[in-house]
Amino acid sequence: MITYEFLQHYWWFLVSLLAGILAFLLFVQGGQSMIFSLSKTEDEKRLLVNVLGRKWEYTFTTLATFGGAFFASFPLFYSTSFGGAYWVWILILLCFVLQAVAYEFQSKPGNLFGQRTYRVFLFVNGLLGTVLIGAAISTFFTGSDFLVNKGNLTRELMPVISSWGSGWHGLDAALPVGNGTLSACLHNLSLGIAVFFLSRTLATLYFINRISHAALESRLNRTLWINAVPFVVFFLVFTVWTLLGSGYAVDGKGTVSLVPYKYFINLVEMPAVLALFLLGVVAVLYGIGISLFCRACRKGVWFSGAGTVATVLSLLLIAGYNNTAFYPSSTDLQSSLTIFNASSSRYTLTAMSWVSLLIPFVLAYIVHAWWSLEKKQATIGDIIDDGHAY
Amino acid sequence: MELLDTSLVDWSRAQFALTAMYHWLFVPLTLGLGVIMAVMETFYVRTGKEEWKRAAKFWMTIFGINFAIGVATGIILEFEFGTNWSNYSWFVGDIFGAPLAIEGVLAFFMEATFISVMFFGWKRVGKKFHLTATWLTTLGATISSLWILVANAWMQYPVGTEFNPATVRNEMNDFWSVLFSPVAINKFFHTVISAWVLGSVFVIGVSSWFLLKKRQVDFALKGVRIGAVFGVLSSILLLTTGHGSAYHVAHRQPMKLAVMEGLYRGENGADLLAFGILNPAKNCNDAADPFLLKIPVPVPGFLSWLGYGDCNAFVPGVNDIIEGGYTLEDGTIALSFAEKQQRGKQAIQSLADYRTAAEAGDGAALTEAEARLKKDYAFFGYGYIDKAEDLIPNVPLVFYSFHVMVALGMYFIVFFIAVGILAYRRRFENIRWMQKTALWSIPLAYIAGQAGWIVAEVGRQPWAIQDVLPVNAAISNISASSVQITFFVFLTLFSLLLAAEVGIMTKQIRKGPEAEKMD
Repeated sequence: MITYEFLQHYWWFLVSLLAGILAFLLFVQGGQSMIFSLSKTEDEKRLLVNVLGRKWEYTFTTLATFGGAFFASFPLFYSTSFGGAYWVWILILLCFVLQAVAYEFQSKPGNLFGQRTYRVFLFVNGLLGTVLIGAAISTFFTGSDFLVNKGNLTRELMPVISSWGSGWHGLDAALPVGNGTLSACLHNLSLGIAVFFLSRTLATLYFINRISHAALESRLNRTLWINAVPFVVFFLVFTVWTLLGSGYAVDGKGTVSLVPYKYFINLVEMPAVLALFLLGVVAVLYGIGISLFCRACRKGVWFSGAGTVATVLSLLLIAGYNNTAFYPSSTDLQSSLTIFNASSSRYTLTAMSWVSLLIPFVLAYIVHAWWSLEKKQATIGDIIDDGHAY
Repeated sequence: MELLDTSLVDWSRAQFALTAMYHWLFVPLTLGLGVIMAVMETFYVRTGKEEWKRAAKFWMTIFGINFAIGVATGIILEFEFGTNWSNYSWFVGDIFGAPLAIEGVLAFFMEATFISVMFFGWKRVGKKFHLTATWLTTLGATISSLWILVANAWMQYPVGTEFNPATVRNEMNDFWSVLFSPVAINKFFHTVISAWVLGSVFVIGVSSWFLLKKRQVDFALKGVRIGAVFGVLSSILLLTTGHGSAYHVAHRQPMKLAVMEGLYRGENGADLLAFGILNPAKNCNDAADPFLLKIPVPVPGFLSWLGYGDCNAFVPGVNDIIEGGYTLEDGTIALSFAEKQQRGKQAIQSLADYRTAAEAGDGAALTEAEARLKKDYAFFGYGYIDKAEDLIPNVPLVFYSFHVMVALGMYFIVFFIAVGILAYRRRFENIRWMQKTALWSIPLAYIAGQAGWIVAEVGRQPWAIQDVLPVNAAISNISASSVQITFFVFLTLFSLLLAAEVGIMTKQIRKGPEAEKMD
């Protein structure tokens, strides 16, 4: 018998998995942030843009599906976070709007703003998109400034059930304004910066895997060092800060309280998640390591990519599982969202679970199509020869 | 006491309308062009003739430019449900979220995966795999529209759901009713087929430009012929789904139908207007004639027949719906707005009582409040409506949009038949005025599409969810100035990107298919 509780856990797992896949696919954004710094000639820029441009739709689609799945499975989060942290989400969306047109438009005549503008769009998306998504996800651990009162629906003149505590509407996640504290902001930014450098690290590994270009390849090892080291530092800062800090626990009656070392306790009490986390971290580091120290090794991106998925998945599992509030309110603990009070009904989760059985089929055709197009490394000649080059 | 800022509702609506209207500039061309380029590639694979490949690749380039900006506006729309309509997101998220999630899993990934193969796979995969990818890209786009239109149809005709006072939201109890709601099915076909019409007009119009310039004549004539066949089929199908829309609007949203026709006082055997000029001084409370001029379609009782399948059926007007008292199809008497409002307020009070009883642990009071709520829930949304006038959508906007849409729909049937006959008699290439007409018909197809959405969305105001949730109870608790800022940011950004898109498409069209590199 599949219980409602199982379905709530299953959908938190799927949403977390999507977030993990999104984190890996942010290598496209990482690569975009390096278009200007990594290349020295127009051919090099064009090669970088084109190898990234063959994958941007996957990242974009995963972000859209992540949003849709979150809406469908935990609508109270969608309602509270998107309507409350308005400015953060709007900024993230704007970044992605710029990206969506930039690849297709940049090399086409008549594009009004010139090629460089569209490449700046890609850079902005690579920089802001990663930092803001990281900072937004960090609030799952540090809390946000919101109130939820479903009884408001019976107030005919002001029936909105979720409200933000200050007029900063989410900017307080990254800036010490409104009710945001400096400590929480730095904590959030540490993940934002870690995600930024992770995306650049993964992009470098992707370039190592995909590009056949002597001059660019000669720079990739140094680029990997420059990005991998700060990634590891900021990831450690965020992880240690999170595991050693207090977390938002929820008891059997639904009462939320702050519990010291909650996320560390979650890891210990869920050994499978701990194993996944350690495996993920090791895989990320292994992928980076073999690429740094073995020039002939080009497959580091797959290890680090899989490791990224596993690590992000495990971090989000400790945010939502084991009686933890996944979207805590730092203003009113009892407004915090859990996978129990924020989820869709049992009927809806069941219906969507049937649809989710198609996911392996979707993954299969994505893998098939991906490999069909990438049987060999890309050269500038391939790009120029391609009928649809950017 | 904190009060809702009414300008926040207006700005939130404006922002959503802006995004939706820009989105619908790009999506229909994607849907229509997708079928046409896939048909052309099918001819290439079956005949091996390179000219079909060149034609398919040319239209794919246009498709790609358009697709990118459609995706950009689409993601904003998806997230605006949360950012600007947060109450809505909770109140009906249990139903509305599911189609969006399924759209992501089933449609977005299909599009994203196979569009890569379509654009970059010409030399990397076999002909048949490539053709399959092209069709799957088009299918993905079409399935995507299915799910979002199912969600939209549910807002116009909420079915398969029940209100749960414990969670204070509507919860789905019949997925198949939501998916196969007659309104959803009709809306899907009407919308997608209208996109096919636009795609056909676009291909014929652009091909005509080549004929006017005496360039790429063979390529252009192929486009005209395929566009004409596809256009004739689509425009005739559109007529039938249009009839379906009228039927559903009459039964589910009678106020929308009344406003579409400027009908203030209902009548048996109501006529459909072919043309009309509204009286700007008309108010629903006065006896002034709603029209300065009106010319009915010369078929008596045509509106009654469209809406109810009976030339003598009673079509209620705006005032009838507000005042109630007329007999509904099921034999019951329609309630007045005042009665509905009263019951809506009772429903809201019952919900408040239910919550109080739940907090106090008073089981008997809980059951009693729940029973009262159930009895009045059908009118829940009316409890948030202040006065009867708030029930009436913007009459001129809906009336003129509806008549522009219908007139253009009729025009396109004649247009496609004329183009088809001329093309297959091999006379189209010699008639320059017809080619110019075809070229200038392109913007008309866009106007028709926009007008259709104005009728659908403005016409259902003030409801976000018909009868259940008005827009003023559906919004987010943010300041109106925040939404004003984002409105103007989006307006500027989308306008600039639209200008860039038009610039690129124009250049690509001028380049023509000969610029496509032969493999």
